[in-house]
Amino acid sequence: MKRIYVNEKWCLGCHLCEYECAFANSGLTDIVKALKGKPIHPRITVEDCGEIHFAVNCRHCTDAVCVRSCISGALSKGEDGVVRIDKEKCVGCLTCVLVCPYGAVMPAPDGHAAMKCQLCTDNLMGEPNCVRHCPNNAIVFEERTGEGV
Amino acid sequence: MNMFIYPEYEVVRDENKCIACRVCERQCANEVHRFDPDTGRMIADSEKCVNCHRCVCLCPTHALKIVKSDDTYKRNANWDNQTINEVYKQANSGGVLLSSMGNPKPYPVFWDKMLINASQVTNPPIDPLREPMETQLYLGKRTAKIERDEKGKLKNTLAPQLKLNVPILFSAMSYGSISYNAHESLARAAEELGTYYNTGEGGLHKDFYKYGKNTIVQVASGRFGVFEGYLESAAAIEIKMGQGAKPGIGGHLPGAKISADVSETRMIPQGVDAISPAPHHDIYSIEDLRQLVYSLKEATAYKKPVIVKIAAVHNIAAIASGIARSGADVIAIDGYRGGTGAAPTRIRDNVGIPIELALAEVDQRLRDEGIRDDVSILVGGSIRSSADVVKAIALGADACYIGTAALLALGCHLCRTCHAGKCNWGIATQRPDLVKRLNPDLGYKRLVNLVTAWNHEIQEMMGGMGINSIEALRGNRLMLRGLGLNEAELKILGIKYAGESM
Ligand code: SF4
Ligand code: SF4
Ligand code: SF4
Ligand code: SF4
Repeated sequence: MKRIYVNEKWCLGCHLCEYECAFANSGLTDIVKALKGKPIHPRITVEDCGEIHFAVNCRHCTDAVCVRSCISGALSKGEDGVVRIDKEKCVGCLTCVLVCPYGAVMPAPDGHAAMKCQLCTDNLMGEPNCVRHCPNNAIVFEERTGEGV
Repeated sequence: MNMFIYPEYEVVRDENKCIACRVCERQCANEVHRFDPDTGRMIADSEKCVNCHRCVCLCPTHALKIVKSDDTYKRNANWDNQTINEVYKQANSGGVLLSSMGNPKPYPVFWDKMLINASQVTNPPIDPLREPMETQLYLGKRTAKIERDEKGKLKNTLAPQLKLNVPILFSAMSYGSISYNAHESLARAAEELGTYYNTGEGGLHKDFYKYGKNTIVQVASGRFGVFEGYLESAAAIEIKMGQGAKPGIGGHLPGAKISADVSETRMIPQGVDAISPAPHHDIYSIEDLRQLVYSLKEATAYKKPVIVKIAAVHNIAAIASGIARSGADVIAIDGYRGGTGAAPTRIRDNVGIPIELALAEVDQRLRDEGIRDDVSILVGGSIRSSADVVKAIALGADACYIGTAALLALGCHLCRTCHAGKCNWGIATQRPDLVKRLNPDLGYKRLVNLVTAWNHEIQEMMGGMGINSIEALRGNRLMLRGLGLNEAELKILGIKYAGESM
């Protein structure tokens, strides 16, 4: 499947991806209206330590520990390989938040459920908006073979 | 105390659009933008802004623009704001004014005063999409003698040639003045396009020897990084006698830019200033130049063409004639608008002559003397578009060097502060966090796109003229007409006025 891969070498730590993610998942079509004067809740996180930067979001693991540990069956792996969360089924226990080794699941701002990257299949963008706006190819959306995830 | 000088450009932020993401703050190496936690708003210090447009391009909401300040001294056609400010700056500092990139002054651009011909009725245009249109060419001496060996077979007496798929090469930009990633982008693009990039005078980084067959290595007055392996690795060797941006003066790369890698490549101690003397200390005549040309040929078994690069100056035709007789295979002429990583402002803006006039003079002189075929002519110094390339070739050039246009493709916004070493686009800098901003995977593709697009346009223009090969366009000045030129200019350019018939 096509996944988002990180080219840490080229990440500038500009954090644009976080804002583009928050915009993509806002449901709005105007970025200013979506983000101005509000705290953002991106599903991608840029880790910074001195000169090292990289962006982390869901790896859509082949054998996803979040899916295995979800107590209500809210998390599932689709035919397309995308790990999705069903907000209606989620009871907000946040077990997935604890078990994800990448810290890629986070509590949703309403506090009642978890949220995670679904590769922009669940919004108007159609393809990962973070990747589309990364200025330096530090994150790419591509098919890679022989990659054990 | 220093005299306060109002900034030339102001950073304007549309508060209605700014979402305080702080991307601009993180991306500006000049520390112009700052987040004010008390108001939750962004603040800008325009005084530090160099107008590189990095923040403008990366702002996700397009909330930023940079405008020319309308602050003005009392209007004065003789003493304009900039002239006055430069006096203040020098009174403040006591120093020579430094700048970079090409001469920005409003001198006439002769490319824009020449028009290209097209066929109508009597000679049909050619459609490059349907018929072959040759942009491949060779650089080098074309004077082969007919000689036979003992068995009577023809000997190959043709001097070594450089094969180009497009009439465009990337001009000399040294590692040190530009970054590792910029060099990698140029090298990979040259390889893909079937043309050449030029190391400039800073030596060749060990990682880039693999691009040798698309590399022209330079031997300049500082002789940085020159050794046998360097000469061996390249497709051609260029002796740099001068540079259009700063004819008659040398170079000075400050010690701060001599990183471990740059020092290894240049073969000089780390942190020590790299000085290129104004002259080559072993060249004071054409005879001396000839010695260096032949030393380099001898060192490389006469397998590689030798290029001699000079700045366009007043006696260019006579100098070029001398070079053509020195054994050089190619003469590269750099016009006064050529770029640089650093030059004294007064030199950049006042020394040298336009490449258009220099080229026309040199081509004519070499033809008159019957030695035009002894050398190819390369020109650079502000070739801005495919139309400039076509006009240059019609004036007599074999191919064009592009430097500034290539850097623009890589992201440069011509802020002309390369000499400060803090290029926000990762080009003219050695700071690792900034160099990283130019990902060569993206950079080389943009260069390939640019040259491919130009080549298509060149083919279209050639087709329009009914010409199907670059060779047939070269020196074909009847394909050009002047507009807004005086008698002297028309005479030097060797072209007729628009409306004049064959
Ligand atoms: S947008 Fe790209 S370069 Fe910027 S922080 Fe995200 S991954 Fe890194
Ligand atoms: S949320 Fe974490 S565990 Fe689940 S698929 Fe994504 S990366 Fe794997
Ligand atoms: S990048 Fe644009 S939106 Fe973000 S803080 Fe700067 S001006 Fe505001
Ligand atoms: S120096 Fe460049 S990045 Fe900084 S504020 Fe000015 S235009 Fe923006």
